Amino acid sequence: MTQSNPKIEVKELTILFGATPALNGVSFDVRHQEILAVIGPANSGKSSLLLALNRMLSRIHEASVTGSILLDGRDIGNIEDVEDLRRRVGMVYAMPIALPMTIRENVLFGIRLKRTIRKNEGDTIVESTLRSSFLWDEVKDRLDTSALNLSGGQQQRLCLARTLAVGPEVILYDEPCSGLDPISTAKVEEAMKELKTAHTQILVTNNTKQAARVGDRTAFLLMGELVEIDDTDKIFTFPSDPRTEQYVTGKFG
Amino acid sequence: MRIAPRTTQAIAKGLLLTATASAVGALVFVVGFVLAGGLRHVSWSFLTEPILDMGRAGGIFPAIVGTLLMVLVSVGIAAPLGIASAIYLAEYTREGRLTQTIRFGINCLAGVPSIIFGLFGFILFVNILGLGWSVLSGGLSLAAMILPTVIRTAEEALRSVPTSYRDVAASLGATRWQVVTKSVLPYAIPGILTGVILGIGRSIEETAVVIFTAGSAVQTPTSVFDSARTMAVHFYILAREGISNENAYATAAVLICTILIINTTAYTLMHRLMRGRRAA
Amino acid sequence: MDKLVSRLLLLAACSSAAILALIALFIFKEGVPIMARSGLGAFLLGRDWSPLQGQFGILPFIIGSLCITLGALLIGVPLGVACAVYLAEFSSPRWVNILKPAIELLAGIPSVVYGFLGVMWLAPLIRIRLGGPGLSILAASCVLAIMTLPTIVSISIDALQAVPKSYKQGSLALGATEWQTVWRVLFPAARAGILAGVILGMGRAIGETMAVIMISGNSTAIPHSALDSVRTLTANIAIEMGYATGEHRQALFATGVILFFFIMILNGAALRFARRKF
Repeated sequence: MTQSNPKIEVKELTILFGATPALNGVSFDVRHQEILAVIGPANSGKSSLLLALNRMLSRIHEASVTGSILLDGRDIGNIEDVEDLRRRVGMVYAMPIALPMTIRENVLFGIRLKRTIRKNEGDTIVESTLRSSFLWDEVKDRLDTSALNLSGGQQQRLCLARTLAVGPEVILYDEPCSGLDPISTAKVEEAMKELKTAHTQILVTNNTKQAARVGDRTAFLLMGELVEIDDTDKIFTFPSDPRTEQYVTGKFG
Repeated sequence: MRIAPRTTQAIAKGLLLTATASAVGALVFVVGFVLAGGLRHVSWSFLTEPILDMGRAGGIFPAIVGTLLMVLVSVGIAAPLGIASAIYLAEYTREGRLTQTIRFGINCLAGVPSIIFGLFGFILFVNILGLGWSVLSGGLSLAAMILPTVIRTAEEALRSVPTSYRDVAASLGATRWQVVTKSVLPYAIPGILTGVILGIGRSIEETAVVIFTAGSAVQTPTSVFDSARTMAVHFYILAREGISNENAYATAAVLICTILIINTTAYTLMHRLMRGRRAA
Repeated sequence: MDKLVSRLLLLAACSSAAILALIALFIFKEGVPIMARSGLGAFLLGRDWSPLQGQFGILPFIIGSLCITLGALLIGVPLGVACAVYLAEFSSPRWVNILKPAIELLAGIPSVVYGFLGVMWLAPLIRIRLGGPGLSILAASCVLAIMTLPTIVSISIDALQAVPKSYKQGSLALGATEWQTVWRVLFPAARAGILAGVILGMGRAIGETMAVIMISGNSTAIPHSALDSVRTLTANIAIEMGYATGEHRQALFATGVILFFFIMILNGAALRFARRKF
C-alpha cells in the first residue's frame, strides 16, 4: 500500500437536492488511516458529503451529484457493484439504529447479506467487533437478548460493531455522539482512535471539541463551501480563514 | 332564553349516548338474533353431511368445501399479486405519474360493487375463457375483488417500517431486494397478514360474485373446475326460496362464527403489530 | 437479478391496476351497444322495463337505488357520526378500544344475513304497524343503514382522532365546554374525513345487492311512498342475469355500466375529500 496516494480524493463535488445546492464544488483528499473531522454549522452540507461517499445519495431521488470521488484512485461513480462499495465504505448514523433482533444477529446482519457463516466463525466476528467498539464487556453475557434493551450509547457502539463486521476500509460517522452521554461518547472516541490502525475514518460532528479531541485533520464547511482543511492543531490555533476562527471559538454556529 | 352551555352539553351527551347505544345495540341484535336462532341447529352431522333435498335436510358439507376451495383460489392469486404490487408501490418506486395511475386504479377497484365483479367474472371467465360455472371462475373473480384490500393494507404495513431500517441495510451492502426481504418485510408481515385475512373474510361473505361465476351446485366439488356453492350462497338460496328456515339459521350461525373468528384473528395481529412498533 | 425483481414487481402492480380497465372494458363492450341503439335518454329515463317487449327503461331502478341509498344515509349518518363523536370524545379510551374493533368486526357479517334478518323481523313489523307490503324502501333503508354503520363509525372516529390535540386543549383553555369544543372545533376540523366516510358508506349502499334483493320487494314500478316496494340497479342485474339472453342480457350489462359510473363519481368525490386536510 503506497501511503503517498490519498485514500479518497474528492474533486469539485457538487450536490443538489432538486434546485437547492447542499455542497458547492468541494475538493479535498482523505489520507490513509487518518481521522478527518468535518465541522460546520447546520445545513453546511456535512451529512450530504458523507452520503455521497458511499453513494447512499443515489437512494434519494431528488439528489444529483456532479464532480468525482476517487477511492484508491478509482471513481466510485463508475463502480458497478454499489453494494460492494458500501461494504468498503461503512456508515454510522446519528441516531443509534439497533434492528429489532438480538445483539448477535445485529452484528452479523451485514455479513449474512453476502454469505452464510458458520457458528464459530460468527462467534469470532461478534467478539472481535464488539471488542473493537468497546461494547464486549457490557454485553458478552447477553448476546442473544434483544438489542432494543440496550441503552442509546450501547446501541450506537453496537451499530459501530455491525459496520465493522462487514470489513470496511473507510468508516463514515454522521454526528455519532449527538445523542449520547459523555461516558458513551468517550468510549466511541476511544474506539475510533484504536481503529486508526486499519481504517480511514471521516467524522462529521457538530461538536468542535470532539473534532479537536479525535481529528488528525479537520475540515470546516460553511454553506456548502469548504472554507479550510488542515491539521486539527492548526485549525484550532491558527486558522487561516477568519470565519474558521469565529466558528471554532464559538462566535457563531 | 339562552340555554346555559352546561345544559346544552348534558343534552348533547345524552343524545350521543342514545345514538351510540342504538347503533351498537342494532349490531349486537343482528349477531344475537342469528346465533340464538341458529346455533341450536348446528351439530357435527350438520357440518359433515351432504346437502339433501335442496337443503331441506342433510348438512352443509359441500358448502364448507366449496367455501374453502374458493377462498384458497382467490387468496392464492390475490395475496402474491397484491403483496408484490404493494412492495412495488412502497419500496421500488417514487411518486410519479405511473404510481398515481396505478394507485387511482386500485382505489377505484376498491369501490367497485361486487355485482360488477360478478358480471365481469361471468363474461370473462365463465363465457369467454370457457371455464364455465366453476370454483376457478369464482375464485378468480373474488381475487379481483379482494385485491385492493390486500394491496392497501400491505402498502400501509410496509410504509410503517422505519426508513432507518432500510438505510442501515443499504449501508451494510444490501441490494435493493435484500433491503426489502431482510429489513422491511419481517416487520411488515403482521400488517400484510391482516390484509390477507380481511380478504379471506370478504371472500367468505360474498354472495353476488359467487352466484354468477361459480353457480350453485349442491354436490361437493372435487376439483376447481367443478361448480360449487359457498356457505353464503347456500344460505341465500335457503332463505330467499324459503326452503328451510331452520337450516338457514344454522348456516348463518356457522357463517357468522367463521367470520368473527377470522376477523378477530386479523385484529389481534394488527394489535400486536402496533404494540411491537411502540416497543421499538 | 435485482432488475428482474424490479420488473416483476412493476408487472404485478400494473396488472393489479389493469383489472379495473379490464372490468370497464368487458362491461362496456357488452352494455354500450344497446344503450346506443335505444338511445341513452330512452334507456336512462324510460319508465318501462319489460324485456319481453324489448322495452328497456331503467328510470324506476335509478329512482329505487337513490331512494334506498338516501334513506339509508338519513338513518345511518346521524347515528353513525353521533356514535363516532361519543366514542372518540366522550367515552373512556377503554370503551373505544373494545367497541371500535367490535363495530368493525360487524362489517364482516355477510350482507345476506342482514337481508335475512330484514325479511324475518323488520318487514313483518313494517307491514303490521305501517301498512304496505313490508318489503319496501323503508325496510331496505333501515337494513342498509345498519350495514353502512361500521364504515361510517370507523372512518369518522379516525378522522376525529386525527385532529391535533392542541386544537382541543386550546379551545378548552378558552373556557369552552367539552361539547362546545366538539361542535365548534373538532367537528369542523374533522369534516373532510367524516364526509369521506359517509361517501364510502354511500358507495357501499348503492353497490349492495343481495340484501337489497331480499328486502326491497323488487317491483319494477316507480315508487310513490317509502312503504312501496322498489327494485335497485344492482337488484335488477342480479335477479334477471340468471335467465337473460340477447338484448335483455345486454340491457343488464348496460345497467352495470350506469352503476359503474355512479360508483366512480362517488369514489372520485370520496378520494378528493379524504385528501383534503381540514
